[in-house]
Amino acid sequence: MTTTAPTTTGVPRARSRRRVKPTLALGLVLLVPFVLAALAPRLLAPYSPTDFDYSAILQAPSAKHPFGTDNFGRDVLSRVIHGTRVDMQIAVFTTLFPFVFGSLLGALTGFVGRWADAVVGRVADLVVVFPFLVLVIAIVAVLGPGLTNMYIAVSAVGWVAYWRLVRGEVVAHKQTEYAQAARVLGFSPTRVLLRHILPNAITPAIVYLMTDMSLGILLGASLGYLGLGAQPPTPEWGVMVADGKNFMVTAWWISGFPGLALTLAGVTFSLIGDGLADALRPRS
Amino acid sequence: MSAAESVLRVRDLDVRIPTPRGELHAVRGVNFDLRPGEVLGLVGESGSGKSVTLRALLGLHRKPVRVTGEVTYGGHNLVGMPERKLRDVRGAQISMIFQEPMTALNPVLTIGEQIRENLREHRGVTGRAALARATELLDLVGIPSAATRLADYPHQFSGGMRQRAMIAIALASEPRVLLADEPTTALDVTIQDQILRLLLRLREQLGMSVVLVTHDLGVVAQTCDRVAVMYAGRLVETAGVTDLFRQPRHAYTLGLLRSLPDAGAHRRPLRPITGSPPDLRDAPRGCAFFPRCAFGTDACLGAEPPLVPLSGERATACVHHAQLPAVGEVLV
Amino acid sequence: MRATYVLKRLLQIIPTFIAVMVIVFLLVRLLPGDPASAILGDRATPEIIERTKRELGLDRPIPVQFLLFAERLLHGDLGESSSLKVPVLRLVAERLPVTLFLTVYAAVLGVILAVPLAVLAAVRRNTWVDSLIRGIFQVGLSLPVFYVALQFLTLLGAKLAWFPIGGYGEGLGGHLYHLFLPALTLGFNLAAILLRTLRSAILEVLTAEYVEFARSKGLKSAVVMSRHVLRNAMISTVTLLGLNVGALIGGAVITESVFAIPGVGRLMIDAIFGRDYPVIQGLTLVFAVLVSLVFLVTDLVHARLDPRVEHA
Repeated sequence: MTTTAPTTTGVPRARSRRRVKPTLALGLVLLVPFVLAALAPRLLAPYSPTDFDYSAILQAPSAKHPFGTDNFGRDVLSRVIHGTRVDMQIAVFTTLFPFVFGSLLGALTGFVGRWADAVVGRVADLVVVFPFLVLVIAIVAVLGPGLTNMYIAVSAVGWVAYWRLVRGEVVAHKQTEYAQAARVLGFSPTRVLLRHILPNAITPAIVYLMTDMSLGILLGASLGYLGLGAQPPTPEWGVMVADGKNFMVTAWWISGFPGLALTLAGVTFSLIGDGLADALRPRS
Repeated sequence: MSAAESVLRVRDLDVRIPTPRGELHAVRGVNFDLRPGEVLGLVGESGSGKSVTLRALLGLHRKPVRVTGEVTYGGHNLVGMPERKLRDVRGAQISMIFQEPMTALNPVLTIGEQIRENLREHRGVTGRAALARATELLDLVGIPSAATRLADYPHQFSGGMRQRAMIAIALASEPRVLLADEPTTALDVTIQDQILRLLLRLREQLGMSVVLVTHDLGVVAQTCDRVAVMYAGRLVETAGVTDLFRQPRHAYTLGLLRSLPDAGAHRRPLRPITGSPPDLRDAPRGCAFFPRCAFGTDACLGAEPPLVPLSGERATACVHHAQLPAVGEVLV
Repeated sequence: MRATYVLKRLLQIIPTFIAVMVIVFLLVRLLPGDPASAILGDRATPEIIERTKRELGLDRPIPVQFLLFAERLLHGDLGESSSLKVPVLRLVAERLPVTLFLTVYAAVLGVILAVPLAVLAAVRRNTWVDSLIRGIFQVGLSLPVFYVALQFLTLLGAKLAWFPIGGYGEGLGGHLYHLFLPALTLGFNLAAILLRTLRSAILEVLTAEYVEFARSKGLKSAVVMSRHVLRNAMISTVTLLGLNVGALIGGAVITESVFAIPGVGRLMIDAIFGRDYPVIQGLTLVFAVLVSLVFLVTDLVHARLDPRVEHA
C-alpha cells in the first residue's frame, strides 16, 4: 500500500508495452532541432545574430545565407537559431510557474474544500472575465515591457487553467477507494494527498502543459511583435517578424522564416500534447 | 406456416463490424420469419448480436459496418436498398423503439414536435390535424392530459411516461412492424409491466407484428408468441414460447432458464452460466457455446452446428438436444 | 425562458463588476512611484502633480480612493486620457463600435468556417478528409495571429490589391470591405480554436441514440442533420463561442495594430507606448465588462436553446 499506487482506478499510471503514438513520435522528432538550437546556438549558427554587415543587406536566401539577410545585413538563419533559445525559454517560463502554482493550489483546495475552495474559485472566475492577452499587456504596461515582467504577468493569470484541471481531478480522486483506504490506514492527509492522489490527478495538467507551451510561445511572440516582450536586438521570433514587417513585399524572408519557426514550434508542442493525451488516456 | 405469409423474412443475415483489433462478425447467417400479428422475442446475453440484428433489419448501420443477406419486406429486399427508398419503409412501415428513452428522444425538441415530424414525413399530415393526431397518439399510449403534454420536453417526463412517448412517436405512422430494442430494461418492474401490457394492447389494436429484443426471459414469457435465442451472432434455437419454457432444446437456452429465479413454488438453486461469450473477432471452431457448456462432447467440435428443424415449429443448433434434461431437473 | 432565471443571472453579474473594479483599481497601484506622476507623464511639475493628487484624491487612504474611483465610474467617468486630453469614455464611445464590428464579423466568419468543416470532419471521421481538415486547423492553431495578418496584408492587400490594407471604411459595405482581411484573420484563428471541440461535439451528437431514432423514423438526411444534429450541436457552438470571447478580443487587439484599424485594441497599444494609464485602466475595465456581458448572453442563449438548463 505504501510503495505502489494501485492501478485499479480510472487513471492508471504505468503505460508500458504500449506503442508510441505517431503524433507523439512526430512531435518528439520535431522537438529535437529546437532543443539542439536552444542548447547550443553558437555551434549551429553560421553568423552572429546581432552583428551588422552593411555589405550584405537584404540579400535573398542563398547558399551563403540560406534564410537571407535583413536590413542590417544580419543572417536570418543565425537569428532564427539564436531566437530558439529565447522562445524556448519563453515556452518554459510562461508555463512553469502557472503549472506548479496552479497544480499545488488545485490539489490543496480540491482536497481541503470548503471556504478555501470557494474563495479561490471566485478569484479564478474573476480572472477569466479579463481577456487573457488584455490582462497580460495591461500588467506589462504597468510594470514596463520586457521578458521578466511578461513572465510575472502571465503567471498572475495563467495558473487558473491548472488550478481547474487539478482541482477537478483531486475532488474526483478523493472519493476513490484507494484514497479512502489510505486514510483509513491512518496516513496523514498530506501523505494521502501527495503520494496517493496528486500523482494520479496531475496527468491532465501535464497534458495541458504541452498545449500551454505552444500558447506561451505564441503569446511571447505576440508581445514581442507588439514591442512589449523581448526587446530588440534580442533575436526573438516575434520581434523578428516585426522587424521584417516593412519588407514583407520586397524581402519576405526576414519575417517569413521566424514566422515559420514559430508555427513549427507551436505544432511540435501541440503534437506532443495530443500524443501524451492519447497515451495517458485511460483505456476503456 | 409458409414463408410467403410472413411480414418480414430474414435470410442469411450477416453483419461485419471493423474494429481496430480485427473484424467483428457480429451477426452470422441469421434466418427467421416474422408472422402477421405475432410478437417474436429475440433473446440473448449482451453482445450476442441481437440489437445489431435489429438495427440491420432497418438498414440503420452505417459505413464501415457491412450488412449482407436478405431482409424481405413487401416483396423488396431492404438490404442494400438506397437510403431514399428505404425511408419509405423506415418509420412508415417498420418503426423502432429503443432501450433508453432519455437518450433516444431528442432533448431539445418537444414530444409534440417529435411526433409531428413523423406525421409530416409519412402521412403528410400537418397543422391542426397533426396536433389532433399527436394528442390522440399520446392518449392511445396512456399519457394523461395528452394535449398539454405535447409541449413538454423529454426531460419533463418520468421514465415510464418517456417510454410511452417514444412508443407514441414510433406509432405515429401506423407501422405494420414494430422493432423494440429492450424497451423495458431501463425501467423499474411495475412500470416495465405496464409498458409490456401497453405493447400487447397496441399490437391487438393496430394489428402490428413485433420483434422484441430482450435479455430478460421473464419479459419473453409475458409477451412473446415465439422466441429466437441468439448466441455469439447466430440463432441457436427457435420455438413457440410455451414449448421453449417447457423443454429447451439447446444447452444455452437451458442455461438461460436455469439462471432465472423461479417465481413458482418449486424453489431450485440458481445456476448462472459461467464464463463469457467468445470474442467474435476470432471465430470459434465448432459450437460457440462449447467452452461454457456442461453437455459438450467431441461431437460439438467439428463444424459449427447448423440450425436444424425439429418437430413442429422448433429448430435447434444443439448437437445434444435430445439429451437435455428439463429445466427443473437437478443436474448431477 | 423564465424571467426568474434571467433576473438571477443579472444579479450574479453585480459582484463580478465590483470585483473587476477592484482589480482595475489595484492595477494602476502596481505602478512604481506614485500614480499621479505616472498618469501625468514625465514633464509634469511638482505643483501640477500635487494638484492632481488632490483632485483625484490620491492623498487620501486607499479604501477612500477606491470609493472615489467607484463613484466616478458609476457616473460614467473613466478619467481623462493623459496624452490625448479627452475623457476616456469619449474615446471608448468612438472606438468601441469599430472593435465590436470587427469581433462580431470575425465570429460570423469563424462560425461559417468552422461549423460546416467540423460537420464534414465528423461525418467523414477517420478518413483522409477528416485528417486534412484537422491537420489544417491544427497548424492554424499554431499560426500566430500577427503573422497570418501580415501574410494576408501582403498577399491579398499589397500584392494582389483585392482588399484595402487598413482603415475602417464608410457605411456598412465599406466596413465589411475594409475589415474583411482582419476579420478573416481572426475568424480563421477562432475557427481553429473551435474546430476540434466542435468536431467531437458533433461526433457525439451523430452517434447519439436520438439521431438513430430519428433515422429509424425515416426522416430525410437533411432533416436529421438540421433538426436533430445541428440543433444540438449549436448548443456547444454557442457555449464555445462564449468561452472564447476573451481570445477573440485578444486577437482583435493584435489584428487592429497590424491593420491600423481605429478600434479600442489599437487604442490600448498606443496607450501603453504613450504611458497613458487612465486609458489602459479604462479599457481593461471595458474589456472585462464586455466579456462578462458576453458570458451572460451566452448563458441566456444557452438556456434558450437547451430546454434542460432552467430546470437544472
